[in-house]
Amino acid sequence: MLHRRADLLRSIRHFFHERGVLEVETPCLSRAGATDPAIESLTVTLPEASFWLHTSPEFPMKRLLAAGSGDIYQIARVFRAGEAGRFHNPEFTLLEWYRVGFDHHRLMTEVDDLVRGLAGDRLSRPAVRLSYQQALMDHAGIDPLHADVEALARRARALGLDVQGELDRDGWLDLLMSLVVAPALPADGLTFIHDYPASQAALARICPDNPAVAERFELYWGGVELANGFHELGDGVEQGVRFEADNHRRRAAGQAAVAVDHHLLAALAQGLPDCAGVALGVDRLLMCLSGCDHIRQVLAFDWERA
Amino acid sequence: MAMYSTNEFKSGLKILLDGDPYAIVENEFVKPGKGQAFNRVKMRNLKTGRVLDKTFKSGESVEAADVMDTDMQYLYADGEFWHFMMPESFEQYAANEAAVIDAMKWLKEQDMCTVTLWNNVPLSVSPPNFVELKITQCDPGIRGDTATGGTKPATLETGAVVKVPLFVNEGDVIRVDTRTGDYVSRA
Repeated sequence: MLHRRADLLRSIRHFFHERGVLEVETPCLSRAGATDPAIESLTVTLPEASFWLHTSPEFPMKRLLAAGSGDIYQIARVFRAGEAGRFHNPEFTLLEWYRVGFDHHRLMTEVDDLVRGLAGDRLSRPAVRLSYQQALMDHAGIDPLHADVEALARRARALGLDVQGELDRDGWLDLLMSLVVAPALPADGLTFIHDYPASQAALARICPDNPAVAERFELYWGGVELANGFHELGDGVEQGVRFEADNHRRRAAGQAAVAVDHHLLAALAQGLPDCAGVALGVDRLLMCLSGCDHIRQVLAFDWERA
Repeated sequence: MAMYSTNEFKSGLKILLDGDPYAIVENEFVKPGKGQAFNRVKMRNLKTGRVLDKTFKSGESVEAADVMDTDMQYLYADGEFWHFMMPESFEQYAANEAAVIDAMKWLKEQDMCTVTLWNNVPLSVSPPNFVELKITQCDPGIRGDTATGGTKPATLETGAVVKVPLFVNEGDVIRVDTRTGDYVSRA
């Protein structure tokens, strides 16, 4: 497995070298962090201040893009508190890249090229692209853009899901996506789910033709979520509003607020080139490529032994 | 009252849900990269034995069930309760029929059993894996009778009926595996 991992990293670097995408490195430890309420950062306390360990290298990479770096990629060790399980290790390897002038559809094609090139005959069918709305209608029998909380909860119960705890609308959607849709996706193929509900836009643009959805996609190999990509939001003011809204939701849920990255907002104000970016979980990709069913099988030392 | 958060969930953990004690059999952490995390849990109701699938929103807390496995000596039955004793403290516990229902046909006075206590009341009783019991009734074996597969039924002193080889006789003490109900050997 050590050799497989080394081969995979070499192949990824070769892929981007061939395409003229520049490898970069950005800080793991920052004065600002990810505000996303669904992601908990680890903090490191130094004499001068508390720092956040990055959960993805997205913000500093966007600062490089705004400064004119052009196409860039990074293979980074990232950290997410409390995420441990069959497909999660609190410290893991993320491949993240940005393509100037791409939209999310063109980037999906490139993700497909990369993964297909690595997979060889492990993938026996061509990748499928499915809108989020279609995916939930086909596999969970409900329209995610129009159903209200009660309808989603009823549908989940009808599908045999017995849930303990209060969920909001996006919580029910996440439940149906993770526990109903994902397991039903074809095991021997890639599925791109795109155009997420605007409420789950994260750092993606809202679709200009349809304000109900955001230009965001996720890649699944079978039922395993491998990557998340955006046609990147370049509007610094809107991004600032979303960060504040995240922190508002964090405080309402009893989570600590996270320092907003003002360097990023300043860079967006300067102008982010039109671009699309994606983050892909390298450990999970290695699991899929080698047929492993627990993340510990692809790590030299997993969390329990770290 | 002790609480467990979902991030402490692991197999074997005893929790209380809707007033019933459960043991977690399996726990899987499921989380979309940008979304709500869940724990998919398989858990066994310790009163009924039924296994249930439940999905917890991660971060939820549940009450711990005060459930403990203890080794106790079986003393006697009084017709309504089955009485057990802690060997060191001589503390006695009375179990009702529901708690001993699976174990009662193997219970012999003086034998050590595992008694599962919930809030200090016996919830279930497991007999030792192997017990040695006397045959109180069985027919003499007839040589060459292969129609019954070379075995015959024997009633033991506790009332249990097990299949024994033809050469075993009334009055013999035999060793039985209580998990399967199978004859093992003559003691």
